[in-house]
Amino acid sequence: MAQERSLMKGNEAIGEAAIRAGCRFYAGYPITPQNELTEYMSRRMPEVGGTFIQSESELAAINMVYGAAAAGARAMTSSSGPGISLKQEGISYLCGAELPCFYANIVRGGPGLGNIAPAQSDYFQATRGGGHGDYRVIVLGPSTVQELVDLTMLGFELADRYRNPAMILGDGILGQMMEPVVMSDAIEYDASPKKEWALGSSEGRSKHLITSVRLAPGTLEKHNMHLLEKYRKVEEDEVRYELYEVDDADVVLVAYGTAARVAKAAVAMSRQNGGIKLGLVRPITLWPFPKTVISDIAKDKPDILVVEMSLGQMYEDVLLSVCGKAKVSLLAHTGGGLPSEAEIVETAKRAKSSNEAIEVYPSVD
Amino acid sequence: MTTKLIMAGFGGQGVVLMGTLLSYSAMVQGKHTTFFPSYGAEMRGGTANCSVIVSDEEIPSPVVSVPDCVVAMNIASLGKFEGRVREGGVIFINSSLVDKHVSRKDVEEVRVPANEIAEELGASRAANMVMLGAVIKKTRAVELQSAINSLEKVLSERAMAYLDVNKKALERGFNEIP
Amino acid sequence: MKKIFGKPESLSDKQFTYCPGCGHSLIHRLTAEVIDELGIMPRCIGVASVGCSVFADEYFNFDFIQAAHGRAPAVATGIKRVAPECVVFTHQGDGDLASIGTAEIIHSANRGEKITVIFVNNAIYGMTGGQMAPTTLVGMKTTTSPLGRRPETAGYPIRVCELLKGFDGVAYLERTAVNNPANVMKTKRALKRAFETQLEGLGFSLVEILSQCPTGWGMLPKDAVEWVDKNMKPYFALGVFKDIRAEEPQHVT
Ligand SMILES: Cc1ncc(C[n+]2csc(CCOP(=O)(O)OP(=O)(O)O)c2C)c(N)n1
Ligand code: SF4
Repeated sequence: MAQERSLMKGNEAIGEAAIRAGCRFYAGYPITPQNELTEYMSRRMPEVGGTFIQSESELAAINMVYGAAAAGARAMTSSSGPGISLKQEGISYLCGAELPCFYANIVRGGPGLGNIAPAQSDYFQATRGGGHGDYRVIVLGPSTVQELVDLTMLGFELADRYRNPAMILGDGILGQMMEPVVMSDAIEYDASPKKEWALGSSEGRSKHLITSVRLAPGTLEKHNMHLLEKYRKVEEDEVRYELYEVDDADVVLVAYGTAARVAKAAVAMSRQNGGIKLGLVRPITLWPFPKTVISDIAKDKPDILVVEMSLGQMYEDVLLSVCGKAKVSLLAHTGGGLPSEAEIVETAKRAKSSNEAIEVYPSVD
Repeated sequence: MTTKLIMAGFGGQGVVLMGTLLSYSAMVQGKHTTFFPSYGAEMRGGTANCSVIVSDEEIPSPVVSVPDCVVAMNIASLGKFEGRVREGGVIFINSSLVDKHVSRKDVEEVRVPANEIAEELGASRAANMVMLGAVIKKTRAVELQSAINSLEKVLSERAMAYLDVNKKALERGFNEIP
Repeated sequence: MKKIFGKPESLSDKQFTYCPGCGHSLIHRLTAEVIDELGIMPRCIGVASVGCSVFADEYFNFDFIQAAHGRAPAVATGIKRVAPECVVFTHQGDGDLASIGTAEIIHSANRGEKITVIFVNNAIYGMTGGQMAPTTLVGMKTTTSPLGRRPETAGYPIRVCELLKGFDGVAYLERTAVNNPANVMKTKRALKRAFETQLEGLGFSLVEILSQCPTGWGMLPKDAVEWVDKNMKPYFALGVFKDIRAEEPQHVT
């Protein structure tokens, strides 16, 4: 059955992939542009004997997930910017208590109520933690509907492996579009031999406690150092990225998600037309960020151009990775704007011929 | 080859189904394809549109700002999208509902009496499929047969009763174009 | 000659962009008429919520603020405390008020905030495309209750007036509808009483208005008005639930 291609909407593909990854608990609150995921789960969860709850708010949704995860279920939620902001409280608690969960942010334009157009402006929120405290969330940045599926399955895996939330940072385009996709077979995931730390019947074992409060002197410090160790391991083992035509490139683009789709087309277009030779680094994990590969590339490529649908957020990570070794320029869009292939090629040419790094923003007259 | 289309009409004209079937047929033929609907508050006021891209190469963004073809199932859609078509592009007009002609000189106008043909077939709701048949013939984006074979995959259970008439509608629309 | 039908002064020239047959536009108009009649337009401040009425500010000729989803009563509280001479009201949908904003509505009612809440109950999430609302009726199909709302898992429709009645800070509470001319007139009277309650500094006032959402319900406007009578009214009783200015609360139904 697997292997068969089907045409699926991004939002629904996440839902189906989650179910195949063994997710049996979903709580969410409607928000555009991710409603089809909530709606899909309302239909699908009862069919597989799982739980669907339309919560009264995003605050409630993430706290329901906190409970379900503590009881050992593969649990998830989803939303878009305004709702993810409300979920930050719960996410911080999940990290502090070392609970796994998966969630998707189908990003729309912000700040505030903003708009419902595709954007990447929640990059800082996602990759810096977003809530209070010293923590990290594993952030995956898909760029096709197929990757929404693959990274959703991976997200549940990583969350369980590291006992930490993992998320997809998508956007309105990825959530709303339909594209051919091959669903993986449902994995053999059985929640019944519960995670040995999970809450449940304590008969015949010592009691379990799931908590994020550590008041005794030194205990929080110790715990956070344990988290740091875990995050170091994630940084070592879980970095994922794609390189495209980088070897002989004169300018190397760095882009993720929807922006990377356009960047890739720009690489192909420019090469077909015998124009400037572009290459692309596409981070697939946004945290951990592919620092090393970018830093290595910067050693012998003088020009890097970051293309993003936000005002220089991933740009900062690239600057940190490059650390002055190369000229890093920026092509930024915001509030729902998308870069075009021609614009990328043009900006790359300008960046290459300029002595200093350039920053290009949308013109608004 | 890459074909970028915008299909538009009012809610209930089956614009989304038209786009889905086209995209599905492209997938069956092993092509790259994307389908992108209008969503959210854009839909207030009862209009619907979708963008479809069919290509032999990977597709960058599924958003179509400058389409090769526009399908206008009603008059409002013609007004909204006429200006966006690329020079030398094609505008398909559902002439059963739209008397107006394209005002631009640098695009081709193809008029299809989609509702009339559908009514002849005894299923006025199949006007979308008549139009899609015509689009397929004119653009050669996919094979007619792929669309006919794919129909049962995209029709809702309720609409399966109309499978045959929808197939006929695709054929009739296809044959409308010389 | 007395002008009997014209655009209220409080209403802007902007055409309503709600769907045909939507209750929001009617309710805005009634709000504007009442504000005109009370002569309070220059000191009115509206709080728009998140939902189809997110751009409510465009329709009125006085100050407005747009609040985050569910938080309008908290925002209104802040405004009223700083500017007690102003007349502050919120215009909120059922998802906004009775789901994500339950904490805010309960606590502003309990504190007896001297604000007026115009609560538009259309039993559905209009803006996001017809999902289940806290007020969705049992058995009613929505995009997140595809088989109809099941009380076993989704609970029962929340009756906001009944819920708030018990709070001592509440001074005026009434549930009305706008599905026929008589109900429209009653709604206007209720809005007037609510604003008067605020003007007299008596406490929290709220008018819950059963409203049509033909789009979310998937029906024609003419069927939607009947649907209110047939399905909503039996569950959401109309009437005055609390009026501390009257001796005895009259229950009309
Ligand atoms: C924090 C947050 N979550 C979700 C949303 C998405 N959202 C916008 S309107 C709405 C529901 C509106 O329903 P209701 O209050 O009943 O008003 P109506 O549209 O029916 O008038 C939701 C969930 C949001 N804007 N912010
Ligand atoms: S969706 Fe419903 S509530 Fe929103 S404008 Fe339309 S009819 Fe009104």
